[in-house]
Amino acid sequence: MTQAYRIAGKGRLSPAREARFTFDGRTMTGLEGDTLASALLANGVHLVGRSFKYHRPRGMLSAGAEEPNALVGIARDATRQTPNVRATVQELYDGLAAVSQNRWPSLTFDVGAMNDLMGPFFAAGFYYKTFMWPKAAWKRLYEPVIRAAAGLGVAPGEADPDRYANRFAHCDVLVIGAGPAGLAAAKAAATSGASVILADEQPQVGGSLRLETDATIDGRDAFDWAQALAADLAARDNVRILTRTTAFGYYAQNMVGLTERLTDHVARPDPAMPRERLWQVRAKRVVLAIGAIERHMVFAENDRPGVMLASAARSYLNHFGVAVGRKVGIYTANDSAYAAAIDLRNAGIDVPAIVDLRDNPQGEAVDAARKLGIEVLAGHAVIAANGRLRVSAMTVERTNGGGSKRVIPVDALVTSSGWTPSLHLFSQSHGKVAWDAENQRFLPGNNVQDLFSAGACNGATDLETAIAEGHDAGEASARLAGRSSGAVARPATSGGAAISGGMIGAAPGAEKGKQVKAFVDFQNDVTAKDIRLAVQEGMHSIEHVKRFTTNGMATDQGKTSNLHGLAIAAEMLGRDIPQVGLTTFRAPYTPVTFGAIVGHARGELFDPTRRTPMHGEAEKLGAVFEDVGQWKRAWYFPRAGEDMHAAVNRECKAVRTSAGIFDASTLGKIEVVGPDAAEFLELLYTNPWKKLGVGRLRYGIMLREDGFIYDDGVVGRLAEDRFHVTTTTGGAPRVMNHMEDYLQTEFPHLKVWLTSISEQWAVIAVQGPKAREIVAPLVEGIDMSNEAMPHMSVREGRICGVPTRLFRMSFTGEAGYEINVPADYGPAVWRAVMESGAAHGITPYGTEAMHVLRAEKGYIIVGQDTDGTVTPQDAGLDWAIGKAKTDFVGIRGLKRPDLVRQGRKQLVGLKTRDPKVVLEEGAQIVENRDQPAPMTMIGHVTSSYWSENCGRSIALALVAGGRARMGKTLHVPMPGGAIAVEVTNPVFFDEEGGRLNG
Amino acid sequence: MLLIRCPYCEEERPELEFRGAGEAHIARPADIASVSDEAFEAFFFLRDNPKGITYERWRHMHGCARFFNAVRDTVSDRFVMTYKAGEPKPDAKTIEKARAGA
Repeated sequence: MTQAYRIAGKGRLSPAREARFTFDGRTMTGLEGDTLASALLANGVHLVGRSFKYHRPRGMLSAGAEEPNALVGIARDATRQTPNVRATVQELYDGLAAVSQNRWPSLTFDVGAMNDLMGPFFAAGFYYKTFMWPKAAWKRLYEPVIRAAAGLGVAPGEADPDRYANRFAHCDVLVIGAGPAGLAAAKAAATSGASVILADEQPQVGGSLRLETDATIDGRDAFDWAQALAADLAARDNVRILTRTTAFGYYAQNMVGLTERLTDHVARPDPAMPRERLWQVRAKRVVLAIGAIERHMVFAENDRPGVMLASAARSYLNHFGVAVGRKVGIYTANDSAYAAAIDLRNAGIDVPAIVDLRDNPQGEAVDAARKLGIEVLAGHAVIAANGRLRVSAMTVERTNGGGSKRVIPVDALVTSSGWTPSLHLFSQSHGKVAWDAENQRFLPGNNVQDLFSAGACNGATDLETAIAEGHDAGEASARLAGRSSGAVARPATSGGAAISGGMIGAAPGAEKGKQVKAFVDFQNDVTAKDIRLAVQEGMHSIEHVKRFTTNGMATDQGKTSNLHGLAIAAEMLGRDIPQVGLTTFRAPYTPVTFGAIVGHARGELFDPTRRTPMHGEAEKLGAVFEDVGQWKRAWYFPRAGEDMHAAVNRECKAVRTSAGIFDASTLGKIEVVGPDAAEFLELLYTNPWKKLGVGRLRYGIMLREDGFIYDDGVVGRLAEDRFHVTTTTGGAPRVMNHMEDYLQTEFPHLKVWLTSISEQWAVIAVQGPKAREIVAPLVEGIDMSNEAMPHMSVREGRICGVPTRLFRMSFTGEAGYEINVPADYGPAVWRAVMESGAAHGITPYGTEAMHVLRAEKGYIIVGQDTDGTVTPQDAGLDWAIGKAKTDFVGIRGLKRPDLVRQGRKQLVGLKTRDPKVVLEEGAQIVENRDQPAPMTMIGHVTSSYWSENCGRSIALALVAGGRARMGKTLHVPMPGGAIAVEVTNPVFFDEEGGRLNG
Repeated sequence: MLLIRCPYCEEERPELEFRGAGEAHIARPADIASVSDEAFEAFFFLRDNPKGITYERWRHMHGCARFFNAVRDTVSDRFVMTYKAGEPKPDAKTIEKARAGA
């Protein structure tokens, strides 16, 4: 069978350009320019999938983006497998391989279809009510089974190998939709001199004109006019035409998101091409010309393959040259389906009857159909579609119930209950919709953003009006964007099928009380009965009805179903449609790939990776790195045969017996300069600064206004008016922001300048009893003796011939230095220190050893031992608060009742009764291990390590009233039993601190 | 994505360059150390969440790095006007004028 349903002489595709494709492994032939849907139909294939819940056989409903049924998987290779592709928008290419979804073992024989027979048990709300008990079964049994049985395509298991691009664009006028209204708008705006972007989801411009055969614009065939106009516009410098591009979201201030599909239609995509491109367009004005979507009739078994929209039948016939059947029934409640009947009959297709719900349809289209000899059954309804895998007949009855049933054999049945203006983007722009009672439709109300709606989405029902609205909108948009070059001629039209609002809701035979499956929402398998049930069960808001039934919640977002569902609910409620309300339209209009949204920001480009100047040195020394925010930090330096534990133990011992070298470059560094620098620091830190001598260091604590610790660090005074401030690694950006905020907005009278110097200075810490011996030979111009440069002092001079800010300070409890040198000199100075220290056994140590060493000394790490609810008093740092100060950030917060109450959690040390047991960080602490659960928790472990230097485990903890519990035994309940711990001073090593002055 | 006019750079720039910084015109009391619990609560904890006009602080983080104030409509998300830190809170008349000009 080769394209048996392709009609010679019909359509716009070239019969010479064939493309082969497969569907479920069966090879077929289509034409270039086909969609997968039109190619399947050309081969007589309607059945393409199984439905979500009932596994009912389904075929194409539409010929466009609104398609709810014909979802297939497209596989290019092992990694490029796209599920849930609408066959009606997938362009055919040679070699395309498509598979049907949600069926097993095969599309024609599907075990899951037994769900259909059990339909009465699967009504709306079924899941919520049925699978409630036993509770545990939900996770283990019900959910996995339901998820396996229901569903659409399967997500690919491999990472997406394709590239996705991203562009920002600005224009005067963005026209969305390149149908007649959009084209007229783009032409008028562009001719007025405006910069224009015209976007359309189809591969060519033309929109609804692709359905037409006899319409003309400016004296030529309307579709040809569209192509010629597009070519003319594309050649202009001020116009960009984006086809295969969907405007999926309308955001604030006329920002519209577009996705452009670049390779999905190509047989062998250029590997250099991105698959999709995300456009973020900022337009001075937007013209929405996104058309209208035809609705199906809601009647029994209306989902049988072969039952489809009248406009789709016209599109397949007039554009693709494909007949949807040999014997096509028509079921309608408005005029536009007559055009389908006439076109099909003129193409030689048998049209046995037009079934029209209206008692007395009148007009040109009706007359023309009668003239062709097509039987018009006015005042009749199709009460059922017969057949299973394909419609075989329509059962027709008078709407008043009189007379007998007629069964009319058909192999396709096209239906139209009317047209829904597309309000998705208008609604997303925050515009409110208005109900047009006469035509049973919602229309755009007042514009909130700078836009116009034009054409069918604005309620235009014929070609002439659409063109006129588009033209006027384009001209006005250009003018409002500040462009105008006098009058532009409006295109003249003739012909074109008219559309109308029509009827909404269930058709006769599917009314209240009828136990039939009349589908409202095909993709989520929602019937008219389900919606009535929802109302009966007390869902009186359309938002509740929607969620109870899932009507309109599938990937098609209810493009064909929302109005029907609303009308059925409104009828049940006995209220007017506007009172029941319309559910909110949300982006995206059609599904958008994650790839398009993510763009280049994946893998290594997801987040910047920051490396210190000495990163390479650490690599050479075999460091294992850990991620600290965006930084890569050397974690430990294992030697051959060492695990982390052994390496850290060795590093910790070396620092206390000889010396260690550590890369501290990631510390945040801020230079605070100006005559009021000391005054400024007085306000930002709890400590006093004015009396800090030049060349001295001080440990500072920064609070938020609420009195809780925000950051800490060592601050050095380099000159009367110059401070070198350090912050925590993670705190650097927010501390800088915090300082700038106060300087700019609360203390603008202070003459201070702040500069981030984090990346300007490399920092090499040399810590341990041998530190001075190692560093001193490299330093010029600084007296490093204990007397001249004691603990907590800073000197400027030279090291290895380059400038240095030499800090004598310690985060280990040992005497030591932090050598600051300009970043580029970091590696050379590091190597020089290593060389100088070789004789002393200098040992590189990483962040893990640093953590252990500082914990041995009870030094806190902000963010580990504090959590945003810890005060300086809680952390045992009261001494750092300037008692005489009258103001600093947090001074008032510290006096709040809860911050001064007794019994707050305080930082203490913990020693496990068994010194070999290392506690878990984050573990909870209780007073009485035998109390019943849930136990009263009085604190938690914040830091916990094995300390080789202490020969036992050590831990820091926040414990309620902790300092009053010194020596008491508490318990840390763990899965293996409670661990007994003794509350101790948080300083475990060299309590007197004498080593600092060594 | 919003467009925000930086009153220091004097041009509209995309939201990506900015960072919000909370409600504007909440002055830190000069004698903060001695204010009552109620006054501290009002200063530190209580914030308005109006439907309509709101006053906000923003920082042109990836631009001039200055903090400034803005009048924004929470219904439309639209910025009515922006002004430099330290300038007085615009009154209803000024806001109306800015709206008419927008």
